Amino acid sequence: MAIVSTQDVRQVALLARLALHDDELKKLAAQLDEILEYVRQLQAVSTDGVEPTSHVLPLADVTRPDQRLPSLPPEEALTLAPARHGHLVKVPKVID
Amino acid sequence: MQYESVIGLEVHLQLNTDSKLFCGCSTTFGAAPNHQTCPVCLGLPGVLPVLNHRAFEWGIKAALAFDCRLAQVMKFDRKQYFYPDLPKNYQISQYDQPLAQHGHLDITIEGASRRIRITRIHMEEDAGKLLHDPQAPWSYVDFNRTGIPLLEIVSEPDLRSPDEASAYLLELKAVLEYLDVSTCDMENGSLRCDTNISLRKRGEALGVKVEIKNLNSFKAVKAALVYEIARQAKRLDAGERIAQETRLWNAKAEQTETMRSKEAASDYRYFPEPDLVPFTIQPRLREAVAAQLPPLPAQRRVRLMDAYGLSAYDAQVLTQHRRLAELFEGAIAQGAKPKPLANWIMGELLAYLNARGQEPSGVTLRPEWLVHLLEAIDAGTISGKMAKELFVESLERQVDPAQVIRENNLRQIVDHGQLDRLAEEVIAGFQKSVEDYRKGKANALMFLVGKCMERSNGKANPTQMADVLKRKLNQGKEAVT
Ligand SMILES: [Zn+2]
Repeated sequence: MAIVSTQDVRQVALLARLALHDDELKKLAAQLDEILEYVRQLQAVSTDGVEPTSHVLPLADVTRPDQRLPSLPPEEALTLAPARHGHLVKVPKVID
Repeated sequence: MQYESVIGLEVHLQLNTDSKLFCGCSTTFGAAPNHQTCPVCLGLPGVLPVLNHRAFEWGIKAALAFDCRLAQVMKFDRKQYFYPDLPKNYQISQYDQPLAQHGHLDITIEGASRRIRITRIHMEEDAGKLLHDPQAPWSYVDFNRTGIPLLEIVSEPDLRSPDEASAYLLELKAVLEYLDVSTCDMENGSLRCDTNISLRKRGEALGVKVEIKNLNSFKAVKAALVYEIARQAKRLDAGERIAQETRLWNAKAEQTETMRSKEAASDYRYFPEPDLVPFTIQPRLREAVAAQLPPLPAQRRVRLMDAYGLSAYDAQVLTQHRRLAELFEGAIAQGAKPKPLANWIMGELLAYLNARGQEPSGVTLRPEWLVHLLEAIDAGTISGKMAKELFVESLERQVDPAQVIRENNLRQIVDHGQLDRLAEEVIAGFQKSVEDYRKGKANALMFLVGKCMERSNGKANPTQMADVLKRKLNQGKEAVT
């Protein structure tokens, strides 16, 4: 039984701002399904007595002191901007 | 129809750290655009965010101040949405394991105490700042603010009126100011607020909730709630349904308006942030932070009433801002009398700040300045009217009133040696009048007092001067006879 429907893929594509054709939706649904099916093998492993975790490394409580470090020179930071206005990044108008 | 309003508040607070939440970029407000960014806060591939320890501690501090239950294990999650102010296309926030939950804040409304529950407090990073040019088809983005640490403090929908919402916000802000973790300044956006409201008939199930954003002041929060209550009541009375939506407060038009964009698909698809490890709040850290908690406004209020006999109202006003409470207690410690001191702070000082639109938190007045001012009034050195002018000058120039008195020669001469010398000089210089006085001419004394006043440039107190002159003249008479 399929885990991922084309409808699911359409919804995720919308959320991810991806424009997909119907045939792409179908193809991706099948591929995602295979991936999830592959990962599903993990379900066979017994997890009795294993605490759920969001992180696999045996690490916790890693912090840094509140210290300033040099930032990027603005010219360098702005090289990634599609367009600029002075030191501001210029984007198509956003309306709230 | 009478409806009960059910209101909840979400407050975003910028923590006043030196560096951002997950990188070393400066958080200084007002820097040139895009001068405080780096690969981490711009979300470039392959970077590793690391939690700012001070922000973590300050979050715990706030959680303790609101009596929250701290998380056993706290983690960060990615909240995903697309917006030009969000360079990573996700915000690092907290979803199901926030810093703290189940707190509360007590507010006083019409003399009675009400407990407002706090649902949760979580940490997250701020987004960039969007600037709109009404003349051009462009918006501009400044990423300096991206990654600045925020605390989000969410209340339960326990508030029942716009006045209660205002009281809650004022008390919340007071507590946060006491904690000294934020500038709590709404003007530059370090404190922001969203609200949600629904109406219901008393005792019935909750109505449809409307969220209101774009509230830039406490005044706006109250006005928006008043407007929204009327709008929703009118619709309900007409038998219409309330749409569940996000509305924006339009301060100019004084109304809430449907938000046109965004939100179309507000499925944030939270998932654990893989680049950050989980955080435990060890007892040692908790205790270390608890030890830094200052007395909070409510505690301080009780102290001001019990120790100095202030009224509940005076205590409320003086504890509303940590600076005012510190000024008050600082001046008391240096000998000021509670009642006149309270009156000066609540009267002259607040009037001065209000007139200039300044926040009490920024006042740099020192407690001893108030002590010197009150002493000068008590000693008769200056009149009440002079004191008010002097106080304004001292605030404007940021100097001790005692110094203003000295510089402007405002001081009435109270130094007896100086008055004696003045009298002796005048007696020696106007022998004719001295003889007239001794012959019993009352006017002669007035003439001599006048001469003394002239020589002192008006700084001698005439009554005191007359006394000194009389004493000197009578002494002289005895010596002659
Ligand atoms: Zn950075």
